[in-house]
Amino acid sequence: MRSLKSSTRTDPAPSRWSYRVQRWWLTPALHKILRIGLPILLVVCAVAGVIGNADRRADIAASIQDLRRQIETRPEFMVNLLAVEGASAVVETEIRELFPNDLPASSFDIDLKAIRDLIIDLAPVAEASVRLRQGGVLVVNVKERVPVAIWRTRGGLALIDGDGVALTLIGQRKDRPDLPVIAGHGADRSVAEAISLLQAAGPIAERVRGLIRVGERRWDVVLDRGQRILLPEHKPVRALERVIVLAELQDLLGRDLSIVDTRLTTRPTIRLSQHAMSELWRIKQTSTDQKTGVAE
Amino acid sequence: MIDFYASQRAMRNMRRAAIQRGVVAVLDVGTSKIACLVLRFDGSDRLRDAEGIGALAGQAGFRVIGAATTRSRGVRYGEIAAMNETERAIRTALQAAQKMAQIRVDHVIACFSGAAPRSYGIAGQVNVGDVTVCEQDISRVLSSCDVPDYGTGREVLHAQPVNFALDHRSGLGDPRGQRGEDLSVDMHMLTVDATAIQNLAHCVKRCDLELAGLASSAYVAGLSALVEDEQELGAACIDLGGGTSGVSVFLKKHMIFSESARVGGDHITNDISLGLQVPKATAERIKTFYGGVVATGMDDRDMIDIGGETGDWEHDRRRVSRAELIGIMRPRVEEILEQVRKRLDAAGFQHLPCQQIVLTGGGSQIPGLDGLATRILGQQVRIGRPLRVHGLPQAATGAGFASTVGMCLFAAHPQDEWWDFDLPVDTYPARSLKRAVRWFRDNW
Repeated sequence: MRSLKSSTRTDPAPSRWSYRVQRWWLTPALHKILRIGLPILLVVCAVAGVIGNADRRADIAASIQDLRRQIETRPEFMVNLLAVEGASAVVETEIRELFPNDLPASSFDIDLKAIRDLIIDLAPVAEASVRLRQGGVLVVNVKERVPVAIWRTRGGLALIDGDGVALTLIGQRKDRPDLPVIAGHGADRSVAEAISLLQAAGPIAERVRGLIRVGERRWDVVLDRGQRILLPEHKPVRALERVIVLAELQDLLGRDLSIVDTRLTTRPTIRLSQHAMSELWRIKQTSTDQKTGVAE
Repeated sequence: MIDFYASQRAMRNMRRAAIQRGVVAVLDVGTSKIACLVLRFDGSDRLRDAEGIGALAGQAGFRVIGAATTRSRGVRYGEIAAMNETERAIRTALQAAQKMAQIRVDHVIACFSGAAPRSYGIAGQVNVGDVTVCEQDISRVLSSCDVPDYGTGREVLHAQPVNFALDHRSGLGDPRGQRGEDLSVDMHMLTVDATAIQNLAHCVKRCDLELAGLASSAYVAGLSALVEDEQELGAACIDLGGGTSGVSVFLKKHMIFSESARVGGDHITNDISLGLQVPKATAERIKTFYGGVVATGMDDRDMIDIGGETGDWEHDRRRVSRAELIGIMRPRVEEILEQVRKRLDAAGFQHLPCQQIVLTGGGSQIPGLDGLATRILGQQVRIGRPLRVHGLPQAATGAGFASTVGMCLFAAHPQDEWWDFDLPVDTYPARSLKRAVRWFRDNW
């Protein structure tokens, strides 16, 4: 028997440990870990190592910001001009003053919605649209409000549009003689009704001084010579039209009366002026005296 | 019987689990080579759909993904003679096969050829009382078999029910669901030396593997080398291995007899080595290149350089004619075949309806063997090669791999064995509890 210990011939068989290591190496789970888990781990470690330092993080953020800035300030994205369309000179100046960015500015910095809100907040502006046109032009399309009446308040005279928005103050009535005057509390909230009343009052237009809102619910038509037409809360136009018909047929308004009261639609009432009343009394007295005198 | 029953059942469960997991290795521990195949079970549906492919005699459903062969060491006559050497050889084969398969294998099914297999035909009968036969009745009839005294130190390797008979109707493959009074069974039992099994189990365990099944090499060689009708009609498969020549007789697709002669190809090599005074490696080379058993006139002129490394010019330049080589080989081959003949005669092979004999194994590749075998064994002799299984490398398709390929079939489609049936209910010690446990295990 040869020695069991030392054998000069090389053994083709793997040693116990290499066999075990190879078997361990061929374990499917290990394979999966090495193929998927290890690369993920390496990437995560690398990223964590870079991110871990605060300075480096700031550097990265700055460089990203810089790159972003570079792209944003390319000439393709710059806005050079502000064009205002459909606005009067005053409003245009106001819009230009209001415009928050310094031109030229990058279109990324311009918040179109905010600009539109700013412009719409201006009193004389009814509608506005803001858009970027090719060639770096920011176009603001404005539709201005049209004043339809003068609103007299304690503070003075103001122009007011159909929606009841006070536009500008004016110094005196004569500045806009073409516009009617309205007054009273809450007059601005029912301008549309006032306009329709004024339209209905066309036949007596030269006598109408203005409209007064009473108690925030109904209108008075103020005529010259201190006359007033008190209109009801509901269907005031119809009531006014009846008064006008009466005025045309019976010259109602030409007479010496101070108030035509139509607040109760079924029972229109008139109030004579003081002088007419006393005259009426006097005439009645005289005729009574004459009768009694004849009788005597 | 019960403890072995338990261990066989454990192995069967392990095999089932391994197949469930998809990878199992088969290991053929032979005298001249150790072959290892790694099988992947991936369901047979993929092949079933293919046009014109049938069940493929049961070899569909798995695929060979790794194959390796190594020269066997420490194995003599199909039994392990030097544990360390054998363990290393198994390790070599397994490592190479794993490397090729790129997957780790944990379960291995092994076969070996030696360990003096001995066949027993046993019978059992039980009265089932004119009801339909159910699985329990089969268990009862199997346990009613009178097991012969096969001696201490031996273990049952296979115990397969071969034939069932119900009353007077015999030849039933599966009596379940049929009605009858008396159920009887014929079983074939194969016992081998327990030490051989233990040695092999120990070797496999030392390689960090689980032994998930054991088979006799002669049996599995028959599974792969015999075609279906030969298995059905009756045939003998002669596995001419290195150290042993296994004989297995098949009838009705069941093995009914198995034996092995402790003489094989290594003895031929030995004879050449002795006769020509050359080392064994040279003798093996000469045998495989120039060997034969039928000499012709041409062979007298066919000179073979037999070489040598002694430094003696005359000795190293010797030449022999092929006829001389055949003259050395032929007596030994005749002896092997006569040994086989003796065993077949002892088994009563001549009474079989069809006496086909199939020679396989590495020894069957000797040129002219079929002619010689015809003279000794009978007229119906053919040389068998193993079935072609999916993914088997070209190098492993030769006759020498018959039992290796047969192991694949054995792993994929094992035949029913005794321990595949449950023990009859009345042998349960704590019957209700165990049934409850089993019910739980089956349902969850």
